Amino acid sequence: MLDALTDKFNNVFRTLSGRGRISEENIREAMREVRTALLEADVSFKIVKDFTEAVVQKAIGREVIKLLRPGELMVQIVYEELVNLMGPVDTRIYYVQPPPTVIMMAGLQGAGKTTTCGKLAKYLVAKGHHPLLCAADLQRPAAVEQLRTLGAQLGIPVYTDDSKVAPHGEVAKGAAVSVCRAAIAQAKQTGRDVVILDTAGRLHIDDALMGELREVNTQLKPHQVFLVLDAMSGQDAVNSAKAFNEQLEVDGLILTKFDSDTRGGALLSAKMITGKPVKFIGTGEKLDALEEFRPEGMAQRILGMGDILQLVTEA
Amino acid sequence: RKTAEVLNTDVRTLFVPGRQIDDTFLTEIEEKLLQADMGVGNVDRIVTAIRDKWRLGRIRNAPDALGVIREQVLGMLTAAPAEGAPPSKSDDRELHFAEAGPTVILVAGINGAGKTTSIAKLAWLLKNEMGKKVMVCASDTFRAGAVHQLSIWAERIGVEIVRHKQGADPAAVAYDACEAAKTRGIDVLIVDTAGRLHTQDHLMRELTKIRDVVTKRIEGAPHEVLLVLDATTGQNAVLQAKNFGQAIAVTGILLAKLDGTAKGGVVLSIKQQLNIPVKFIGLGETPQDIETFEPKRFVEALFG
Ligand SMILES: Nc1nc2c(ncn2[C@@H]2O[C@H](COP(=O)(O)OP(=O)(O)OP(=O)(O)O)[C@@H](O)[C@H]2O)c(=O)[nH]1
Ligand SMILES: Nc1nc2c(ncn2[C@@H]2O[C@H](COP(=O)(O)OP(=O)(O)OP(=O)(O)O)[C@@H](O)[C@H]2O)c(=O)[nH]1
Ligand SMILES: [Mg+2]
Ligand SMILES: [Mg+2]
Repeated sequence: MLDALTDKFNNVFRTLSGRGRISEENIREAMREVRTALLEADVSFKIVKDFTEAVVQKAIGREVIKLLRPGELMVQIVYEELVNLMGPVDTRIYYVQPPPTVIMMAGLQGAGKTTTCGKLAKYLVAKGHHPLLCAADLQRPAAVEQLRTLGAQLGIPVYTDDSKVAPHGEVAKGAAVSVCRAAIAQAKQTGRDVVILDTAGRLHIDDALMGELREVNTQLKPHQVFLVLDAMSGQDAVNSAKAFNEQLEVDGLILTKFDSDTRGGALLSAKMITGKPVKFIGTGEKLDALEEFRPEGMAQRILGMGDILQLVTEA
Repeated sequence: RKTAEVLNTDVRTLFVPGRQIDDTFLTEIEEKLLQADMGVGNVDRIVTAIRDKWRLGRIRNAPDALGVIREQVLGMLTAAPAEGAPPSKSDDRELHFAEAGPTVILVAGINGAGKTTSIAKLAWLLKNEMGKKVMVCASDTFRAGAVHQLSIWAERIGVEIVRHKQGADPAAVAYDACEAAKTRGIDVLIVDTAGRLHTQDHLMRELTKIRDVVTKRIEGAPHEVLLVLDATTGQNAVLQAKNFGQAIAVTGILLAKLDGTAKGGVVLSIKQQLNIPVKFIGLGETPQDIETFEPKRFVEALFG
């Protein structure tokens, strides 16, 4: 398969420059293709703007202008820059002594928190850990039941307290904190070395519910807070990721539903706006569909030019 | 809460009286529209329309530009189908009811979009505002806790439910629900389905099978096929609408989670390319948080 983006670059340069030299302006024009590709991939427009400018500067620095067929080098710069932005890679989970290490999941409604709790627990077991799941979503109907079922499927214990469950909107003061605290105590008693807290989905602008999370965060000080985000999110991903990070000091990001055909620009948006590493990506509903994040394939995916870029990067 | 309150955007800060149109203004407009997930193509079209009118001297200031945006977006949401687009009642945002016997509403969408909660809202609306006798059908037999979740809603709202155990055949549940709806004199049967990605062929076939069962059991069913979209979704929503549309002939969209800061502008592209209308919007997590979709109100709320 031909390198469509390189071709596009070369074509744009050819038509723009005529037979003469390529100017900085020509490079900017050519970058419009990249801009569109990124916007169609749902990368936040502000990030797209900064990114294209950075590439232009780099291209000038690397004297793309002097090349006869600048397309290849341009594509390479675009790709490198994207990979750079997604780094540095840090998919580690940091454990504390003495145990248990407490990990809290947070995010918007339906992002995939509960499922990811199950996936992460399975992942930890494979690494020799003994996690305890904690059902701290006291809002969504059957959220406790959902986590209990996942725990049973995995053979991993789940701390639940049905008496604390409340209908939506009625945030029982301190209920989530007390459930989490009890789970941590149980982990200590039963020798579980990691506690994973599943929390209710909430809007970043819902002050009552965000308050509940802040309370868990300040009172129990979970060692790691992971923000779970839907990979299909659009331009708003920057707003929610920013708000969650500001209120909870997120330690890492988990992007779910990457088994879809989304280009997944939200990953870049969330990474850039929070400055926090992407830890995992979710690639299915099954509990083994969790992968440690790798930026290389992701850059190609976001640009929507998979096979094409491979040629360039392998060359 | 009303659409206008929750959709309020900072777009309006652009339209201060007296501000003249210039290139900076056009760039700002472009950015605001992109931020609403309207897509590069649609945004280009709107900005070009403003620029052209401005160059011709027909418009000068920010409020004039707002008028153009309003007109353009409304046009996109209500325009006649593009050539080659499938014929549908595209400006028809009413729910369709069976002339006799139960009306069946099939609800589908990707994982976590808001289907089950939206069904609770529809059930509430149909029961309490329209006096219908409603039954829900738990055909999501896959996801952990899904049957339980719908059961809780059914109980809270006070509507009947047909359910099997987790892991049961979803089409078999739908079959039983259709029979039960007929014998118990139900007005509206709403079928919940498991979340699935539009790219998963076998799961899309399963959905088609559920639809077929419903069609066989009840004359004219399903009378409505609602696709639930998450308003925070970006451009992928177009692909979702396309594939679900092909599998089960979607008649309308329920745009959930509009109470956040996302604007759901991708419905413009869906209307343009696939001619599927938005029928309802979801504005929260309780059964009352539902409204019918009004393009005018939507536009006013976005840019008013
Ligand atoms: N295809 C796919 N589906 C996923 C993935 N992760 C989660 N899901 C599905 O997404 C839906 C929502 O997942 P949940 O884990 O319930 O999401 P949540 O964030 O806990 O939702 P709330 O608690 O309601 O806020 C479910 O149908 C999951 O099976 C993923 O990586 N890929
Ligand atoms: N803020 C807000 N949350 C919503 C809205 N609609 C649904 N939700 C929440 O989104 C989450 C997922 O909703 P569900 O109804 O379980 O979604 P679903 O599509 O049935 O999910 P699956 O069956 O797992 O695919 C829940 O936490 C709901 O409370 C809405 O309009 N606004
Ligand atoms: Mg959950
Ligand atoms: Mg559901």
